[in-house]
Amino acid sequence: MSDYAEPQEELELEHHPTPAQYVKIAVILGVLTALEVAIAYIEALEGVLIPMLAALAVAKFVMVVGYFMHLKFDSKLFRYLFVTGLAFAFAVFGVVLVIFFLAEGGPVPGGPGN
Amino acid sequence: MATKELTPAAPEHHTSTGLDNTKMAMWAFLGSECLFFGSLISTYLLYRNGTADGPTSEELYDIPYTSVSSFVLLMSSLTMVLALSSAQRKDERAMRAWLLATALLGTVFIGGQIYEFTEFAHKGLGLDVSTFGSSFYVLTGFHGAHVTVGILMLLLLVGLSLFGRLGPDDARKVELIGLYWHFVDIIWIVIFTVVYLVPV
Repeated sequence: MSDYAEPQEELELEHHPTPAQYVKIAVILGVLTALEVAIAYIEALEGVLIPMLAALAVAKFVMVVGYFMHLKFDSKLFRYLFVTGLAFAFAVFGVVLVIFFLAEGGPVPGGPGN
Repeated sequence: MATKELTPAAPEHHTSTGLDNTKMAMWAFLGSECLFFGSLISTYLLYRNGTADGPTSEELYDIPYTSVSSFVLLMSSLTMVLALSSAQRKDERAMRAWLLATALLGTVFIGGQIYEFTEFAHKGLGLDVSTFGSSFYVLTGFHGAHVTVGILMLLLLVGLSLFGRLGPDDARKVELIGLYWHFVDIIWIVIFTVVYLVPV
């Protein structure tokens, strides 16, 4: 039995969106960006602004990665590689937060010395 | 000539996973880049209020202006994916046109960033004025450097194609540069929200 698998390229291409679908996705991304900017100016949404902005940014991020970078259609191995990097990025953020806010004698973000 | 006979049309790449190694390497690289930008964004979030005696973000940011820049970069992702689509259809002429359009949009974005940096410097925000200034310039500057590298790679692809060094079967090269370009775009999606839109 061979240790080598058949190339998956042709299988992937069959599922890729068409140019017209790419344009539709770009239009949606443009609308989401306009929405982001608009809600940033609406004072009534101040309380829910950060969750709304985060949700819109995540939606745009997922659309670009999924459709333009074809991660939705490509091998899961690529997904694992990318998500691992993302997970590490969030872990670094968490660790930095802990160091700054919990460690005794650590610098205070936004303090006068900063 | 003899060399060409020795290296016929590249055979299909057989690997233990069935996946192209170069594409795998690119995804691993992009994963590591997430960590890199994650660190820079974390640093910015922690220091964004540390303005010392320098100007604050509210005094500096011009959201409508940056929104247009963001839209330009977002649309460059569309032109990039259309370039790849053309390459996969073996339409070299269209591929070159879309690659040039992507490079042009990237250049507009970089021009906007240079203008913004110049404006901020005139308003008193230097790299060493405050931790806000340092973290802002380092984060957005590194992103700008990535976009610049992307533009150079796009122009290299166009050049290779013009000189017949990028054959109709080389769509994989366009795809790899495309992955890098889209990554630069998704990082800006995060930066635009976190740096410009989320209030201090």
